Amino acid sequence: MFQSGADKGLRLGTLALALLSTSVLGLIVLFVWLEALPAMQQGPWGFFDITEPWFPLEGKRGMVPMLLGSVLCALGAVVIALPLGVASALFALYYGHAGLVRPYRWMLGLLAGIPSVVFGFWGLTVLVPLIGQVQPPGASLLAGVLILSIMILPTVALTAEAAFKAVPLATLQGAHALGLNKLRIALQVLIPAARKGLIAGVILAATRALGETMAVLMVTGNVVEVPSSLFDPVRTLTANIALEMAYATGAHRSSLFFSGLVLTLLVAMLALYAHKQEHAR
Amino acid sequence: MFYRNLLPLGLPSVLALVLAFVTPFAYATGNKLSLTGSSTVAPLALEIAKRFEEKNRGVRVDVQTGGSGRGLADARSGAADLGLVSRALKADEGDLQAYTIALDGIAIVLHKSNPVKVLSNAQIVGIYTGKIQNWKEVGGRDQKITVVNKAEGRSTLELFAQYFGLKNSEIKAQVVIGDNQQGIKTVAGNSGAIGYVSIGSAEFEIDNKVPIQMLPMNGVVPSTESVRAGQFPLSRPLNLVSKGPATGSAKQFADYARSPEVYDLVKEQYFVPVGR
Repeated sequence: MFQSGADKGLRLGTLALALLSTSVLGLIVLFVWLEALPAMQQGPWGFFDITEPWFPLEGKRGMVPMLLGSVLCALGAVVIALPLGVASALFALYYGHAGLVRPYRWMLGLLAGIPSVVFGFWGLTVLVPLIGQVQPPGASLLAGVLILSIMILPTVALTAEAAFKAVPLATLQGAHALGLNKLRIALQVLIPAARKGLIAGVILAATRALGETMAVLMVTGNVVEVPSSLFDPVRTLTANIALEMAYATGAHRSSLFFSGLVLTLLVAMLALYAHKQEHAR
Repeated sequence: MFYRNLLPLGLPSVLALVLAFVTPFAYATGNKLSLTGSSTVAPLALEIAKRFEEKNRGVRVDVQTGGSGRGLADARSGAADLGLVSRALKADEGDLQAYTIALDGIAIVLHKSNPVKVLSNAQIVGIYTGKIQNWKEVGGRDQKITVVNKAEGRSTLELFAQYFGLKNSEIKAQVVIGDNQQGIKTVAGNSGAIGYVSIGSAEFEIDNKVPIQMLPMNGVVPSTESVRAGQFPLSRPLNLVSKGPATGSAKQFADYARSPEVYDLVKEQYFVPVGR
């Protein structure tokens, strides 16, 4: 095969850049691991002791309530965003008038682009006082779930649309020819056929919800407690790092890095699962 | 031909990235001044240091945190040129010289609509430890109290807890917040909330018609004036300390950090400058 000098140069150049960007990720994980090491040497299971509270300056470092907080917020957001996202994807693909669908997609793109601090600020000044009128203090798991569901809605809607588009037209035509009405086609043919793409999209959205920090920090109240209702405050792992990192030293700092490592692992596992789902045949 | 145009983009960007990682190490020569200590003082010291470096080319100021204790120890041992200490020096620390660069004061804040205008220290402790849970118990409306606390490690929490003799684990909060702004927004949005924030930031927000009020402490009205005059009880000095009188560039830095040239930086961090 003929290969020009420029071609070779480009190959080397892109190779170097690709190596650089992936090695940065590797270096970051290594760095977090090294910083978390002192905390792990004190026995990593102390972090997962359910009976232990989180007062790192007093040597108490149970992080189960925060892990639970992260998972509950993300789960709640998915539960709300999934039906909304799927419904809006169905509408945009099969029902919507072109003149309506275009601005709709445009709005969805815009929603995805709004910085998370803006969501948090809106949540803190509008949503939290509103919930507070029902049941004080307002800063709660519910507020976090609602904010996150709005934030991940574009991801869910857009991936759902892509998943539906990937369903072969012949499948839908077959269902139509059998005389099924649109509702039954959607529920019993389209959604099952697009299942894998939907799951992958939902997991992608869930990882985003798990990693979200600023917006959640501003609305969830951040008390380290296992919530007993939707109106109780929670603290997520990401919010914990953001709240305490700037002033943490020694073992405290190290435990924050450990919580970052746990979160990274959780997200990596979800991402791997989503990847497998998408490519499984 | 297309590739030939792309090639010049690849290699220079690799080089630029490599350079970005390497260059910071090349500058670590010349006159160096090291500051260690309180994480309250460090952000302010860092800002002052940036401006100081601009004015004095060739001087590098290195700021590290580790608590006031480390600041005292490092200043004593000579490991640092200046220690950062967020309290007044004690009588047995006479071997050290303190240079106060700013004052820090915090005020208890309530929503403006809250009819409670005074709380005793015992009542505040009762509220923050969860023994008092309704405003009517301290002469207010029949309304649940929302206790707003700061995240662990924050200097305002440290000062608050120390003043009231509380440990963070004894405080029963409904909302935990990060910075002063978030605290003010939380109290402004909840008519039953009680919180504490830096006086500088609360004054600024009240001037901007944010619906909060500051409570007097032991009869003293919280204001940057009463903090500067040393009358407000919930306040403390932020110090640079040196072993004996500072000399050379350390002295130069200490003088600069107390000069009116940096008052804007002090106010940006919601602290109170020492002079007018």
